Amino acid sequence: MAVAALPPKRVPQKQTAWKSYSDWANEHRKWLFAAPAMIFVAVLIAFPLGWTLYLSLTDASGSVRAKSEFIGLENYADVLTDTERFWPAVLRTFVFTAVALTVQLVLGMAIALLLWRPFKGEKWVRVAILLPLVATPVAVGMMWRLIFDPNIGFANQLLGFVGIGPQPWLSGQYSALPTVIFIDIWQWTPMVVIILLAGLTSLSDEPDEAARIDGASAWQRFRFVTVPLLMPTIIVAILLRSIDALKTFDLLYATKGRGGGSFHEVETLNVYAYGLSFDYNDYGVSSTVLIIFFLIIVAVMFLLTRRRKDVQK
Amino acid sequence: MSLAEPRLIRAGSDSAALSGATTRRRKPFRTRAYKVFRAVALIVVVAAFIAPLVWMFLASLKTNVDIYDASKTLVFTPTTANYETVLGRNNYLSFVFNSFWVAFASTVLSLIIGIPAAYSMSRFAMRRSALVVLMARIIPGVSLLVPWYYVFSNLSMVGGYSVLILSHMFVALPLIVYILMSYYDSMPLELEEAARVDGLTHIGAFLKVTLPLSVGGIATASILAFIFSWNNFMFALVLSGADTKTLPVAIFNFVAYASIDWGGLMAASVVVTIPIMVIALFTQKYIVSGLTAGATKG
Repeated sequence: MAVAALPPKRVPQKQTAWKSYSDWANEHRKWLFAAPAMIFVAVLIAFPLGWTLYLSLTDASGSVRAKSEFIGLENYADVLTDTERFWPAVLRTFVFTAVALTVQLVLGMAIALLLWRPFKGEKWVRVAILLPLVATPVAVGMMWRLIFDPNIGFANQLLGFVGIGPQPWLSGQYSALPTVIFIDIWQWTPMVVIILLAGLTSLSDEPDEAARIDGASAWQRFRFVTVPLLMPTIIVAILLRSIDALKTFDLLYATKGRGGGSFHEVETLNVYAYGLSFDYNDYGVSSTVLIIFFLIIVAVMFLLTRRRKDVQK
Repeated sequence: MSLAEPRLIRAGSDSAALSGATTRRRKPFRTRAYKVFRAVALIVVVAAFIAPLVWMFLASLKTNVDIYDASKTLVFTPTTANYETVLGRNNYLSFVFNSFWVAFASTVLSLIIGIPAAYSMSRFAMRRSALVVLMARIIPGVSLLVPWYYVFSNLSMVGGYSVLILSHMFVALPLIVYILMSYYDSMPLELEEAARVDGLTHIGAFLKVTLPLSVGGIATASILAFIFSWNNFMFALVLSGADTKTLPVAIFNFVAYASIDWGGLMAASVVVTIPIMVIALFTQKYIVSGLTAGATKG
């Protein structure tokens, strides 16, 4: 490279400048290419995260510009002992994620197995399954609000046909959370199906065939051959879905509005933190909740990626 | 000859054993029963995923009186009145434009910084740097919104397009980098090396050889980035102004008042989902390959 820095005399000045610039660019292309995207994300994350951390140690509220006092870990003590809003929100976040994810995995696996081997009209079935997944979550929320409306909704009409009385669905204090979980399952099971189907298609037929010759039943082959081979893909599906499920906001806010309904029946950590920030302008407390929420998500991701590495070994 | 022969025999007996086993186990009755079961199950699955969307569409063609009437669930006189009111008032068409413009601009800008980043991160195995970009996908958006709101309102950018585009790039960029990284991971190096031998610089080889070859991956990434930006609700809920509202926010504002105009609401919901569904119909393969990028390799 030192040779390139000493150009032959006959080359005009302009060209050497371009050449040395291009040499420099080629030599540093690794960071030249990666830096813009990394800087963009780092600036938009690092600074806000730092500020959120700072706000969580103050009593900032009302307006961000208003004077605030540094109060140390007081917010954390308050939030972690708050059994009225915070801990129920933590519980709901985990119930929502765990139940939705479990059902999505079981249903998703069943549907993926159903679609696995080729059949007539395969293409149309796959498009149909894709539609809930790409639909705008807010619109999906509104759609289900009408279907689950206690007075005019189709869900209660359907129950009426089979002789069951009307249910409150989204408007019930105890039925709202199961109902939004149901909607999440409707919208995101296709995601699990698509990922698992891609995994199934990439599997080789031989282990399954060998087990068949050895006399293994269909269930045994599924349980002891297909599932272990599919494990890395299953974990990717869990990883991707749990990130989104923990952070679910659109659906909850669109169906129940502020504070997750009048009894906070679907208030998860994300909805709670949003409400504290933008409905009550209680920035200090909201930042504390967000920092804790962020730590929870990072912990879950860490555990899952570790599990993924174990499986891959 | 003598070497090939034993192999031939082994291969022959293997396949004989295989076909014997399959014919023995798959009795014709079971196969037919399974076929029927599978067809029924498939119909149930498709119906479960499609019926609610059909319901939304039907309701958008009903008057509010018909929506309230259980006897007119399926049989009714369709009307386009809901669409006329929705599109006619509230500058709804300008919200369509906002959504489109924000999704389009944020996708293009994310591609410009995302493609080289994905390429470099794949070729130089920069897994930790990639994690920085993927953080954007993991972090809860609310924790960024308060500081963003403060800074951008001081720069008097809140309510403008630029801040919406920036925030939606935050959605689009990690998707693009993630999808294209796995695309470049599986792209062979040989062609680039050939281009290098032909005298192109590294960057030249990237621009003239790799980039044209990755059109498929870029299309996949763009389609998904566009869809996710189009569907995004939270950032626009806080950062958009009265004139720059995107469709999800506009729909949400529909129900802010006491009584819900169900027909109008459903028409508005159809208007926001139809473009995405049409895209999905025509680009199904790309969407699937984007959603499963990196999911199946070991």
